[in-house]
Amino acid sequence: MLIPRWFAPFAIALAAACSTGSDDKAVQPAALFDAAAAVPQGQPIEAVLTDAPHVPPPIDRKTPAKVVVKLEVIEKVMEISEGVEYTFWTYGGGVPGKFIRVRQGDTVEFHLQNRADSKMPHNIDLHAVTGPGGGATSSFTAPGHESQFTFKALNAGLYVYHCATAPVGMHVANGMYGLILVEPPEGLPKVDREFYVMQGDFYTVGKYREKGLQPFDMQKAIEENATYVVFNGAEGALVGDKAITAKKGERIRVYMGNGGPNLVSSFHVIGEIFDRVYTEGGTRFQENVQTTLVPAGGSAIVEFVAEVPGTMILVDHSIFRAFNKGALGMLKIEGDDSKDLYSGKEVDSVYISDKALSSAPISAAAAGLKSGKLSKAEQVEAGKVLYAGNCATCHQADGKGLPGIFPPLAGSDYLMADKRRSIEIALNGLSGKVVVNGKDYNSVMPPMSQLNDDEVANILSYVRDSWGNRGDAVSPAEVAAARASTPRPPGAAE
Amino acid sequence: MRSGRAAALLAAGLLLAIVPSVASTGAAAGGPAMARVEGGRLPLFYPPPGGAAEVAVPPFLLDVRPVTQGEFLAFVTRRPEWRRGRVPALFADRNYLGRWAGPTDLGAGTRATQPVTQVSWFAARAYCEERGGRLPTEAEWEYAARANEVRPDAGADPERVRMLLEWYSRPTPKDLPDVGSGRPDVHGVHDLHGLVWEWVLDFNSTMAAGDSREAGDAERTRFCGAGALTAADARDYASFMRFAFRASLVAAATTPNLGFRCAADAE
Repeated sequence: MLIPRWFAPFAIALAAACSTGSDDKAVQPAALFDAAAAVPQGQPIEAVLTDAPHVPPPIDRKTPAKVVVKLEVIEKVMEISEGVEYTFWTYGGGVPGKFIRVRQGDTVEFHLQNRADSKMPHNIDLHAVTGPGGGATSSFTAPGHESQFTFKALNAGLYVYHCATAPVGMHVANGMYGLILVEPPEGLPKVDREFYVMQGDFYTVGKYREKGLQPFDMQKAIEENATYVVFNGAEGALVGDKAITAKKGERIRVYMGNGGPNLVSSFHVIGEIFDRVYTEGGTRFQENVQTTLVPAGGSAIVEFVAEVPGTMILVDHSIFRAFNKGALGMLKIEGDDSKDLYSGKEVDSVYISDKALSSAPISAAAAGLKSGKLSKAEQVEAGKVLYAGNCATCHQADGKGLPGIFPPLAGSDYLMADKRRSIEIALNGLSGKVVVNGKDYNSVMPPMSQLNDDEVANILSYVRDSWGNRGDAVSPAEVAAARASTPRPPGAAE
Repeated sequence: MRSGRAAALLAAGLLLAIVPSVASTGAAAGGPAMARVEGGRLPLFYPPPGGAAEVAVPPFLLDVRPVTQGEFLAFVTRRPEWRRGRVPALFADRNYLGRWAGPTDLGAGTRATQPVTQVSWFAARAYCEERGGRLPTEAEWEYAARANEVRPDAGADPERVRMLLEWYSRPTPKDLPDVGSGRPDVHGVHDLHGLVWEWVLDFNSTMAAGDSREAGDAERTRFCGAGALTAADARDYASFMRFAFRASLVAAATTPNLGFRCAADAE
C-alpha cells in the first residue's frame, strides 16, 4: 500500500539513464516509502487551489510538508445551460470544486469554511483520507462556521472529494465534488499540459434546456433519470472560447473525475487514443485505450500526445448524454496539418445506388490526378458520374434543363461563352436573371459547396464535352484559382 | 420588579403591529400570540433501534410566528447581560446579533418586523423563559411542522416535500422577509417553513441518543449512505436536511438564517 508503483516506468527510465550500460536486471525497484512515518519538514505551505479546467503546478518538493488547505463552501445560482439557472452548492464557487494537489506523506491541515449565507450545513469526505468518514465527521460545519481537521496523505492517487451531509445525494447532485491529487514522492512524469475535467449529472424539474431557475428534482434523482450530464458543471463549460487548448506534439494529461451522483462515465475523446490510462486513478496504467470507464465517485488519469491538429471532442460515450444532455467538451489542438498521419477528406465521391452508376471512373480520375497524368477522357468519365448525382435533378440527364425554370447546358451559349464564369457559377451558385439561348431564366442555383476542386473540374469537363458542346477540359488548378479569387458566400466550402 | 418587566413586555408587544389574530392562550405574555396545537402521534424520523417508531406529543402552545428583531431588541434592552459584547463567549459565538448596528441598535439594514437571527440557543432559551415559556421540543416542532393549511399531518405529501426542498436549496437572501407573511396552517401558525431555521430545546438530542452503543461516534451513522440506513423514510429529504442542520449546531452557535419561536405547556 505504501509502495509508490505509480511511476515504475519513470523510475526505470531514470535508473537506466543513471546507469549507462547496465542491463534491466540491475534496475532496482523504487525505494520503499513509508508515508505514515513521514515527518513534515519546514514551514507549513498554503496549498495552491485551482478552478477547472486548471490544475495546480506539479510539486517539486523532495520532502514531506505540512500543507494547509482552505476550502470555502458557497451556495450560489449559476447557469447550467444557456438561459437555465440552477442553485449549485460548491467547494470554492465553481463546479467541480477546487483542485487540490499534495504529495504522498504530506500532513494536510484542512479548513472547511461554510459561508454565512449558506442555507445548509456541509462537510467533506475526501477519498484520499484514511479515517472515519474520510473527514466527514470532523468537518461538519454550520453556516457561518469553520471546521479544521488534519490527515496524512498515505496513498498516492487521484481521489474524489464530496459532501457527505444527509441527504448526501442532493448535496452531490448540487455540485459538491472535486478532485485531490496525491502525487507519489518522486512526482509524476513531466507533461506539457494538464487539465481538470469532472463529469456530473443533474436533475431539474424543468426539461432539458427549459429556461429559468430550475429547482432540484428529487424524484428524477432517485430514478437516476438525469436532465443534464455535463463536464465541469455546465453545458458548454468546455466548448468554443472555453475549450481547452494544446499545441500539436504536446503531451497532455487529463485528470478526469466523475462526481455522479448516479451515472458512470464512458469517457472518450473523439479523434484521440489514450496512450495511457491510470484506471480508476490508481497506480497502474493500461495502454492504448479508446474509452475508459470512470465510476461515480471515482477518477481516471489519461495521457496522450496531440499528434494531429484539430478539434477533439470529449464525450461520455453513452452517447445520448453527449447529444441530448450536454456531455460534450472540446480540446483544440493547434498546429500545422499532419497529412501523413491524417489526410483530411481525399475523395468525396457520389454514391448513387438507385442510378446504378459505377463510381470507378471517379476513383480512376482521382488516381490520375494524384499521379499527375489526369487525362481529359478520365475527367469526362468521372464528370459523367458526378453530374448524375449533383446536377441531373435540375439540368436533366440530357442537359436540356426544364423550360423556363432550369436553363439548358446542352448547346448553351451562356455556358460556353465564358469558362471562368462557368467555374464560378458551380462554386458560388447563381441567382437572378440570365439569358440562355435567347430565353430568360430567373431562378436560383445553390453553390455546389459539397464538391471539391477536382470534382468541379471533372463535371465541367464533362458538360463542356457533351450534348453538342465542344470545349476543352477544366483543370482542378483552374477551379482552385477561381475558388481562391472569388468571395465566398456564407456556407460555401472553403 | 416583576410588574416592571411585564410592563416592558407589554410595550414590546404593542410595538409590533403585525401580531396575527390568533387567540392568545395561557402562560406566555408579550411577544407573538400563541396558538394551541392539539397533540397527536409523531412518526420518528430516526427511530431508536428496537424502540418505538413514533411518540405521543401532548397538546402544547406555540408562537404563531418567529420572534422578531424588534422583540429581541426589546429583550436585550431590558436584559443587558444578553447584549452583544456582554454575553459570555460560552453562551454565544462572535457573530451573535452581528447584523445589528450596535448592541441595542438594529441599524438601517434591519427591520423590526424581520425574524431575529444570529441568536444562540442559550439566548433564545433565556428569551422564552423570560416570557414564562420555553423553546419547543424537537418533537413538538416537527409535529407542528407537518401541518398544512387544511390538515395537521401533511408530512408525506410529495408536492409539499418538493416545495420544502426548493426553499432548503436556496441560499439565504441578504434581506429576509418579514414574519407572518405566509399563510397560516391549520393550527393558525405561520412560517414554520420558508423563512428561517428555528432552534428547538433538544436540538442535539437525535444525534446524542442515536445509539448508546456507539457513544462518541453517534454522528457517523448520519452521514452519507449510513444516514439512509437509520432513517425511517429515506425519501424524506426535507427531514434529512432539518436534522442535519440541527446536528451541525452547538448551543453557542449563531447563523444568519437561524431564529426561534417559543412554546409552552398547554394547561
